[in-house]
Amino acid sequence: MATPAIYGLYDEPAAAQRACTALKRAGVEEREITVISSEPFEAFEFSQRDHSLLLFRLAGIGGLVGFVLAVLLVTGTARAWPIDVGGMPIVAWWPYLVIIFELTMLSAILTTVVSLLITARLPSRRKDMYDLVVSDGKILVGVPMTAGRPADAIRQALGAGGAVTIKTADFQN
Amino acid sequence: MSGPSSQPATGVPATMTEDLLRPLLKTSWSFYLLVAVLGSIVLLGVGAFAYQVNTGIGVWGLNWPVFWAFDITNFVFWIGISHAGTLISAILRLVNAGWRRPVTRCAEVITAFALMIGAMFPIVHLGRPWLFFWLMPYPTERQIWPNFRSPLVWDFFAISTYLTGSLLFLYLPTIPDFALVRDKTTGWRHKVYGVLALGWRGTTKQWHRLESAMQIMAIAIIPVAVSVHTIVSFDFSMAIVPMWHSTIFGPYFVAGAIFSGIAALIIAMAALRKFLHLEAYLHPVHFENLGKLLLMMSLLWGYFVFAERLTTWYGNESAEMSVFWATQRGAFAPLYWTMVVCNFVLPLSILSFRKFRTVLGCVIASCGVVVGMWLERFLIIVPTLSHKYLSYSWGSYRPRTPEILLLISTFGAMGLLYTLFSKFVPIISIWELKVGEQPELTQPHETPDVAATLWRTHP
Repeated sequence: MATPAIYGLYDEPAAAQRACTALKRAGVEEREITVISSEPFEAFEFSQRDHSLLLFRLAGIGGLVGFVLAVLLVTGTARAWPIDVGGMPIVAWWPYLVIIFELTMLSAILTTVVSLLITARLPSRRKDMYDLVVSDGKILVGVPMTAGRPADAIRQALGAGGAVTIKTADFQN
Repeated sequence: MSGPSSQPATGVPATMTEDLLRPLLKTSWSFYLLVAVLGSIVLLGVGAFAYQVNTGIGVWGLNWPVFWAFDITNFVFWIGISHAGTLISAILRLVNAGWRRPVTRCAEVITAFALMIGAMFPIVHLGRPWLFFWLMPYPTERQIWPNFRSPLVWDFFAISTYLTGSLLFLYLPTIPDFALVRDKTTGWRHKVYGVLALGWRGTTKQWHRLESAMQIMAIAIIPVAVSVHTIVSFDFSMAIVPMWHSTIFGPYFVAGAIFSGIAALIIAMAALRKFLHLEAYLHPVHFENLGKLLLMMSLLWGYFVFAERLTTWYGNESAEMSVFWATQRGAFAPLYWTMVVCNFVLPLSILSFRKFRTVLGCVIASCGVVVGMWLERFLIIVPTLSHKYLSYSWGSYRPRTPEILLLISTFGAMGLLYTLFSKFVPIISIWELKVGEQPELTQPHETPDVAATLWRTHP
């Protein structure tokens, strides 16, 4: 479903930050403000709100799952087709640690990538809020225009930051 | 190329995006010439391989008792070269070395292609390469279950994990750059790069997730990289064979791999700098820093060789001493001492002096190291196999034309793949370079207006 949105384009991250602050003062919830840039700006407040340890936790769980599966694979295989090599143990832990380590890490890596794609909503073919000039270094700060939201107040807040341009467009919500 | 006048105080030209996208959007005749030359070299190798498959592996110089020679040397060498990229890039990312930014992708690409080339050789080495899938550890209809106690199976798991991790480690930070190219192009390029960009927009959430993922990948890939070359060393050290059965082999191989990897990276960066006119991005300081790393690895390599040789000599075990003397003053001595000069004397003579740690100086030292490290791999394998325990089983080895052509073609393949990659993907991470150019906002020269917006200033 297409939703109209208003967004401003800024030359500097400081200007985008001023716009975000003004929008919040105008009563817009932080989670409703979209900031898009061609590079991360770690030093600014607008860049801090989505910090999460989710990926680290999921990677840990992925590694754990890989570890369990690897243990099952090597011990299960050895027991299903026991090969007696000079009286050595059928389940030989020292050499199996190599396989277990590799599969643990592989699982953690794959989990990280899948988690990234899911949480960052990639790949996406939706017509989300975006403007091509972001690639030229502009920073986009936008708000969806839901029912009852005063467009003038939003425009004023975006302008207060020092927007180069303020635009309106329809995007998928 | 942009002139110095267009450079801001931070050192990167204002035309950065245009400069780094130019190779993707414009194609000169020299690109086609380079591809033709490198492609011809690769075709030589393909021809040699076809001849080998058609005639049989007897066309190689392999004969009892030396059944591993050029092909396994190439395998170990290229897996070693692969340590240039992902490992070095991951370490530099984790320590947040600012100078890494123009270097990381150049390095990560080497890993991906070197692993592909290296992993090909166990298959090339097979008498019947079309049955390569028998190498894969899966239960077959013949009830031969994989034996996880075999170092060759460990190789399969280690290399597969490292290749998968390295390709993802290369791809993830490229997504924002693919999005940039998508927005800057039209027609088929816009469509192709649009698919590769996965619909990336650059929201704060996407940036956080990407950076978290890169951090996790960097943490995960370092032990994997170390394990890969340790496991390659296990192919040798798990065998009760003179001068192979050594506990030092794991770290010795890893150090050698990083050593040769840095050398390959320096050569690749110098070539990119020259041919893509990236002088404004790949500065002499990058070469100087990598030169220092190369010098350190040269000293480490020398330490390992000394420790290995001294232990062998002191033990004076007859089978080991046969191999020892064959390399010190026997048939393999010219290769051995060439290796020592290339890996130790040359880098030390050049890189110990600051005035020689120039781009040219680093490239000369690196070329020596690449040659020296290939010889090192060869000297680990062949002298030992030709001097095993009982003297009646001693033999010799001399490479034949198909093996030599295959070796040459691997360098052509590396060059070709690297050239094609830098034609279709920004070889320097544009967004990471931009981040490196962001002003340090905690410094005193910041404006009060900017300081007021800093999240750190908020309680």
